[in-house]
Amino acid sequence: MKIVATDRNGAEHIVEGRDGWSVMEILRDAGLPIAAECGGACACATCHVYVTGDWLDKLPPKSDAETDMLDMALAVEPNSRLSCQITCGPELDGITVTVAPE
Amino acid sequence: MSRIETDVAIIGAGPIGLFAVFELGLLDLKAHLVDILDRPGGQCTELYPEKPIYDIPGLPIVTGQELTDKLMEQIKPFSPIFHFNQMASGLEKLADGRWKLTTDAETEIVAPVVVIAAGGGSFVPKRPPIAGIDAYEGKSVHYAVRKMEAFRGKNILIAGGGDSALDWTINLAPIANKLTLVHHRDGFRAAQHSVNQMRELAAHGKINFEIASVKALHGENGQLNAVTLSNAEKKEWEHACDTFIPFFGLTMKLGPIAEFGLNLTENLIAVDTAKFQSTTPGIFAIGDINTYPGKLKLILSGFHEAALMAQEAFHICKPNEKLRFQYTTSSSNLQKKLGVA
Repeated sequence: MKIVATDRNGAEHIVEGRDGWSVMEILRDAGLPIAAECGGACACATCHVYVTGDWLDKLPPKSDAETDMLDMALAVEPNSRLSCQITCGPELDGITVTVAPE
Repeated sequence: MSRIETDVAIIGAGPIGLFAVFELGLLDLKAHLVDILDRPGGQCTELYPEKPIYDIPGLPIVTGQELTDKLMEQIKPFSPIFHFNQMASGLEKLADGRWKLTTDAETEIVAPVVVIAAGGGSFVPKRPPIAGIDAYEGKSVHYAVRKMEAFRGKNILIAGGGDSALDWTINLAPIANKLTLVHHRDGFRAAQHSVNQMRELAAHGKINFEIASVKALHGENGQLNAVTLSNAEKKEWEHACDTFIPFFGLTMKLGPIAEFGLNLTENLIAVDTAKFQSTTPGIFAIGDINTYPGKLKLILSGFHEAALMAQEAFHICKPNEKLRFQYTTSSSNLQKKLGVA
């Protein structure tokens, strides 16, 4: 599966995802500026992305923990998600995300 | 200003800085610790106090807070001195070969050895990505409330949905001329009683609560006079206020350590794997802040690094003494230090 990620300068990166990995892990390992300070524990909100296009509706809904943690993210929009809480899989092939501002 | 002389100055009171106290203590080395937070534990207590950790040897499950509490108990016999709420801000080599570490609270710690166990850096408030916000910071945009009196009679806008945002909304409401809380949703990551109290204040017109986000700041010479708020329903509108206090928690920045003249690789301090010393003799780096071939950012790796660092710290602090390597299980000398023999 592929992830289409737009960085903070508007540049698009097409990154190969791995089933079962989180989108945060894929973006971080690909060198995108994802701080992911807590390492994927849904405890810091520094892996905040906007899920664009119609991909938001294809994702499982946010857990209460993710909704709460987004309160600590900056510039939250209706399509905000924490990328450590999105799991890669074939159904998300081509998902488009934009890295949120720092 | 206070000037302290000790064996080792440790920057960072996270799990690795705390365990370093233990390893140094076994070798009779005394330590002072500096941390920007107001309590020990670093990321463990700031980011995930309630989250279980499963990969600490011998502790099948432990939370960040419990691990910190246990480390504090373990190092108690060595009476470490903590300097909380202070950021390590300067490092200077003295003529006698020792180091002088200074903090932003003007504490000076003079020691032959400095250990940087600063994890991902200093925890600092998250800054909303609003254009030009830096021009207002310290004048009309604040990330903390240090003196409540300074906010008396102000038209305050507080942003955020966590405990800090709620607590300060409740505390500042009686002294503010006008207070508005703005949050992106009608739900909060905060104690229920605070949420209830805030809703009560809003119901009685003591504060305003807006579900919206702050898009722009307006004012001049650092003095705010309005902000642009926006939400899906009302689109954008101007809201008059003279003080803006965003509360979005903390994030980690390397901070002044970047200016210490150390050999940095992508904001990490390069060390050797025998002593975990940086390329500057006497300056060590352990835990998440260091880098070396094969490095893993694990608490257990940091513990190992602390033990090896302490050996070399001993040689630097006590150059004329022979290091006697002993085990806590068998050495009555060590057991005496630990207060168990």
